[in-house]
Amino acid sequence: MNVTVLQFPGTNCEFDTQYAFKRLNQNVTILWHEETALPENTDLVVVPGGFSYGDYLRSGAIARFSPVMQAVKAFAEKGGYVLGICNGFQILLESHLLPGAMKRNENLHFVSKHHWLKVENRDNRFLSKCEVGELLNIPIAHAEGNYFIEEEGLKALWDNGQVLLTYCDSAGNPANPNGSVDNIAGICNKGRNVFGLMPHPERAMEEILGSADGVKMLEGLCS
Amino acid sequence: MKAIVNVYLKEGVLDPQGKAVHHALDSLGFNGVKDVRVGKQIVLELEANDKETAKTEVQKMCETLLANTVIEDYNVEIVS
Repeated sequence: MNVTVLQFPGTNCEFDTQYAFKRLNQNVTILWHEETALPENTDLVVVPGGFSYGDYLRSGAIARFSPVMQAVKAFAEKGGYVLGICNGFQILLESHLLPGAMKRNENLHFVSKHHWLKVENRDNRFLSKCEVGELLNIPIAHAEGNYFIEEEGLKALWDNGQVLLTYCDSAGNPANPNGSVDNIAGICNKGRNVFGLMPHPERAMEEILGSADGVKMLEGLCS
Repeated sequence: MKAIVNVYLKEGVLDPQGKAVHHALDSLGFNGVKDVRVGKQIVLELEANDKETAKTEVQKMCETLLANTVIEDYNVEIVS
């Protein structure tokens, strides 16, 4: 599979993401944001974490207008697979490829630690290798992960099985590091081809670094 | 011509910064504060010399980039 990882000024997770997918034996291209087209053979676009454009104005607000994002939008609209991690998730929200918006963390702190996630839905390619109710140990690192969507939109997310991951503790009880509505950590679009999550699966690829739970998440996209 | 844009979280959207500032004010003994909302102000220097045109243009800027209308409201004031 050919994975295209985007790179904006201020992106800092593109090489971790590249490493993660190479570990899964995929071809990875890092693509600068000024490109107007994706490599023709792209099977998956990853919008990685970081601080695109210094998070100025709002996280992801400026990256959304990068030339490459117009190509990503067209790719997604044709059913192409897109994964946004952390700042990438914020960019996909600002691009309206995913519904809702991000606010500052409730406690206003930058939260950086391992956190447990509960798989809410596996009826999608991303989490197809996981089980519903399974707990995953994945690092989070963000100041704006306080996901918000109005009531009607929230209901639609749950009804359509678009809520993929929620924050929990090691026993699976709800736990919330940032104030996000219904403890939401990750969602997908209605078409189930655009995924966004605040946690970093690409940082959980090896037991020696604390967790390898990211492997089965990213593997789903490679199958 | 100058445009002053104020962007703030919508009513009903919890404002974590406003809450923290409110709490701090309370701790400092300023107990008469009912609510605090923290927003941002963007000041634009414009080439336009017609107020109406300027306002329409800045509103378009707000809808496109300056505000995220999913969670934020804005107002535009043109001062010459």
